[in-house]
Order: sequence, then C-alpha cells, then structure tokens
Amino acid sequence: MAPLLEVSDLRIHFQTDDGLVKSVDGVSFTLERGRTLGIVGESGSGKSVTSMGIMGLHQGTKAKISGYIRLDGEDLVNATPARVRELRGSKMAMIFQDPLSSLHPYYTVGDQIVEAYRIHNKVKKQTARRHAVDLLGRVGIPQPQVRVDDYPHQFSGGMRQRAMIAMALSCDPELLIADEPTTALDVTVQAQILDLISDLQSEFGSAVIMITHDLGVVAELSDDILVMYAGRIAEYGSAADIFGRPDHPYTWGLLASMPRLDQERTTRLVPIPGTPPSLIRVPSGCPFHPRCRYTELVGGRRCETEVPPLREAVTPGHSAACHLTTEQRTRQWADLSAGRVQDEASTPEVAEQAGEPV
Amino acid sequence: MIYFIIRRLIMTVFLLLLVSMITFAIFFLVPRLAGQTAYQLAAQYVGRNPIPSEIKAVEIKLGLNAPLYLQYGRYIKGIVAGIHYNNGTDVSYCPFPCFGYSFRNDQPVWPQLISDAPVTLSIALGAAVLWLIGGVSIGVLSALRRGSIFDRLSMGIALAGVSLPVFFTGLIALELFSYKWPIFPNVHYVGITTNPLLWARNLVLPWITLAFLYAALYARLTRAGMLETMGEDYIRTARAKGLPERTVVVKHGLRAALTPIVTIFGLDLGLLLGGAILTETTYSMPGLGQFTILAIQNQDLPEIMGVVMIASFFIVIANMVVDILYAVVDPRVRF
Repeated sequence: MAPLLEVSDLRIHFQTDDGLVKSVDGVSFTLERGRTLGIVGESGSGKSVTSMGIMGLHQGTKAKISGYIRLDGEDLVNATPARVRELRGSKMAMIFQDPLSSLHPYYTVGDQIVEAYRIHNKVKKQTARRHAVDLLGRVGIPQPQVRVDDYPHQFSGGMRQRAMIAMALSCDPELLIADEPTTALDVTVQAQILDLISDLQSEFGSAVIMITHDLGVVAELSDDILVMYAGRIAEYGSAADIFGRPDHPYTWGLLASMPRLDQERTTRLVPIPGTPPSLIRVPSGCPFHPRCRYTELVGGRRCETEVPPLREAVTPGHSAACHLTTEQRTRQWADLSAGRVQDEASTPEVAEQAGEPV
Repeated sequence: MIYFIIRRLIMTVFLLLLVSMITFAIFFLVPRLAGQTAYQLAAQYVGRNPIPSEIKAVEIKLGLNAPLYLQYGRYIKGIVAGIHYNNGTDVSYCPFPCFGYSFRNDQPVWPQLISDAPVTLSIALGAAVLWLIGGVSIGVLSALRRGSIFDRLSMGIALAGVSLPVFFTGLIALELFSYKWPIFPNVHYVGITTNPLLWARNLVLPWITLAFLYAALYARLTRAGMLETMGEDYIRTARAKGLPERTVVVKHGLRAALTPIVTIFGLDLGLLLGGAILTETTYSMPGLGQFTILAIQNQDLPEIMGVVMIASFFIVIANMVVDILYAVVDPRVRF
C-alpha cells in the first residue's frame, strides 16, 4: 500500500521585491498512515511553508510551487484549487501555533466546529452541534454541552488549543498537521496537549506531521524526524537514529543547545553560532557552512562550493546532507556526546561570517 | 447582554442631561460671564428699537432675572412637561416637549423641528443606505484585488470623493442631470406620504451627492480594515477548514472588518440627522439644516438652541446605538 503522504522534490519559491525567496528548496519525504513525522528547524527554515504547501494554503499568494505532493495517491500540486479545498479540512487538517488568534473572536467555539464539520458533511445543524459537543468532550473540555456556546476569549490557552484540535479532527482527517501547537502555551499545558495529540492519533488513526523548533516535542511524539535548514533537508531519519546517532553538524548543534535532564546542571549549553541565513541569499554550497565548525575537516572549499546531496548513512532510512565522511561523523559525534569537545564555537570570526548582513 | 444595554441606557440619560446643561450654559451662562446683564439678554428677544419697559417685560416673561439654576430648572421642566411664558398681559404656551419658544415667529420650536425632520431623515437615511452598500463593497473588492486597476481606479475616485465638497458635486449633478439632461427635473422635496414615487425620484440626486462623499470615505476605511483582517490567523484557519473563499471573505473577514465601520457609521449618521446643511441648501430642501441656517441668520436664539439640543441628542443616541451594536457584533465587549 502506498504511503499516505508522499512529498517529492518540493520547491516553494516566493517572488518578492527583494529577490526570489526559496522557502522550500527540494524537500522529499514520505509519511505512512498512523505514523508521526516531526519537522524540526529554526525559524525561517521552511518548515511552516512546507505544511502550507501541503494544505494548499499558498494558493492565492504569489508562491511558485513545483515537485509533487501525493496524498493517498492524489497529486495536490497540480490539483484544482476547488479539489484541494475539498480535501482541506476533511482529509487533511491543521492545528496552528497561537490558538487565540487562530480562532475567530466573533463566533462561539461550537459554531466554528460546526462550520468546519458542515462544509464537508451534509448534516443538519443539530447533528453537527451534537458532534461538536462530543468532540469537545473527547479533547477534554469539561462540561462540553455548556462550553460549546462559549467564545474563544472565555477559554484558557490550553482549552483553546484543545478546541482547535477538536475542530481539526471534526471530519476525521487522515493527515493532521500541527504547526508548533504548543509554542504559545505554558509548559504543563504543553505536555497535556502533546499527550492529547498522541492519544487522539491512536484513536483516530491519523498520520501526524508535527512542526516545531523544540526537539523535546518531537522526541516525545515522532516516529520519524526531518531536520530542515534554509529550506532544505539537513537530516532525515527515525527518531531513534536522530537522537541516538545524529549525523549532521546542524543536528549536533541543535542537540547540544538543548538542556538535558540526564546531564550535570553545570554542563554548559552550546549555542549554534550565527543566525539562520536569509532565504533570498542562501549561502553557496552547503547552506550551513558559514556556521559549521567542521568545514576544515572536509578539506578544500567543497563546503562553500558544492551542495552536499542527501546521502544514506550507516543505518538504512537515515540520511544526512553533509560532506563529512561517515567515519569523520562517527568520530566527531562520539567525541561530542562524550563531552570532549568544549565550547570553542563562538569565535568572533565564525560569528561575524554568519551574521553577515544581507 | 441585557445588563449591558440597561447600563448604556442609564448612562445615556446622564449624558443627555449633561448635554442639556452645556447647551444651556452656552446660551445663558457664557453671556453672563462675558458681562451681559439680564436686561441686555432680554433685548435680544424683542424687535428693533424697543422701549425699555418692553425689554423689562420680556426679561420677566422669560425669567432672565432669576438665578441660573432656576432658569435651567424651568428649561428642563419645559422639555418634560411644557411651559407657560407669562408677562401678565400676554401668555404664550409652549407644550411638551418644549425645546424653546421662538418669540420672533411666536410659536414653539418643537413643531417646526418635527415638520422639518422628515426631510433631513429622508436625505440622510437614503444616502446612508447607498454609501454603506457602495462604500463597503467597493472597499472589499479593492482589498481583495489590491494593486489591480480596479483598486487604483476606485481609490482614486474615492480620493476625489473625499476631497470634493457637496456644494460642488451637488451643483455639477444638478446642472448635468436636472438641466442639461433632465432625468431628474425640478428637484424639490415631496413628502413620502404625499407621493412616494416622486419623493424617491426627487431625492435621487441628493442621495447620490451625499453618498458619494461618504462612500469614498467608507471604501477607504473598509479597504484598510479588510487588508488587516485578511492577514489574521483566523482567516488562515477558515481557509484550512476548507471554506469556500467567499465564505472566508464575507463571514470571517468582513464581519471583523465591519466593527470600526459600524462605529463611524453611527456617528456620521447621528451628525447628519442634526441637519445635512450643505446638501439641503444645494437642493433647496427645507430640512433641519436649512432650519438651522435660517435660525442663525435671524439670530433666533431659542430656535438655534433647540436645533443644537436636537442635534446633540441625535449624536448621543447614535453613540448609544453604536455601543450596543458593537456588543452585538463583538462578543468580547459584552462583559
């Protein structure tokens, strides 16, 4: 059976006054039913734009899209806007970052869920309302038959996100995209929402794409992880591989900059030097090279001139886009994880290079 | 919601009282502060070359020599219960609601206001419907096709509409459509009860003239509002649900963009109801605006005061209606 979602060589470019913005530049991945894919990256790495492309929400903007996106075998890139609209909300649904601004302030939560349900299902208002109450109950809203008539501003942050989830699940979608669903919430609520998503996933059997910049979030939920950098894939593999044996200097940087409970509190967090590159002037060669500490190991100027292809590493299904040889990477990661390499990153030279104004 | 409305109503009553105090103060307290005596004030209510005893009689008749709070009390009493003006020989009765008594015309102000109000009401309400529909739809289309020829053209015309005064556009319209091509010949006011068809036909030009001015303003407002709301996250959510674009624009976008428009609409309409002075004058229609101009030309103080009071009442009440509408539109305001 074909995978539920197949994305191949997806490119989404925006023509702006300042130049061509290559938000997504050749991204491929697949997602099976019932599985969770985590897409990780800094702001501007193209993770949200990828999800917009899948949902067809770029339509009407000046985006140029190429490659293909197949949902259940059906190509979405070349589908008519009307067809994509039909699928949107029914077969694929999305949860957004800030539930307060993502819910319409003038309509009750119930009305908004009913609306989502009734576009794709020809049912009476009463039936849809019962469905909305039922959904609110399932996402853990207390007294759903009362709260269904509340407005979003009467809900707390966590409840709003629960309501968003209820809305997204109203038509029993096969694909659920969660775009940083916990960013606007405080930590305890974050955990609840993540638990809720994974519970509902097993209940509804949807495939989930979890977009986040928080490795902790994907670690908990994802089967597979896609690390994006400057609109391209840096590393792609199973969660176990990415966390256990990361294979790209960028992923190393992400992991090193994350606090861990299993380490001494005195261990310093190591930031990745510099800032994410501009998507108008993506660095030549490997987009990560201005911020990478291992360019000398590669030798020559390959990192600056040659775009590293996405290559399968030691484990099958685990690939990374880096010029370092497998042996070099194995050794570096072994050193890093043993804590042998100290913070030598923030040399002014590197920082300056990376922070070069555009 | 009910409590909200009751609170607003109570506040409105207080506001109206305040407005009446200020109006009263302008006409009776300010001249005093400027040094005018009751005698001098009374002199304004009699004809030319009066003899002192006549002026004295008027002073007593109007109670101008009484303390100010008593005068104000009489004034309010007149509004709620009617009042007799009595100088011993001559009694003038001003029945409820007495918004002043014009001694120049020897009749109460209120019936005149009532008889002129329908003209203003006809002009203002008709134009309001036109400009609301026209302005908002042009604004929405402009926002959706930002940068298109339609957008540029309509915003250009809107700029002209905002800049051109009614007495200019009105006269041009009269010249073109009443004289050169007499589609609407002999424009004058006919009561709606007398001949509804003629009423509407004669009002088309004033409506269009007035609506042109306001539609231009509303188109720009709507466009700005729509551009803002269409960028909101909840619009993206609406699209993500799979709603047709039309529903996204109207039900989700326009609904939110309308809130500030409702506010301004209420205030504009309230202001206009107090007299569409320029439009009425251009088309010689005897409404409250014309009444005001005449009153000012004649220096008929009770009439001016009456029309000021009525105009302020309209604005205060429009404000209240706007507040309530606001709560209807935006549930966050209700609590």
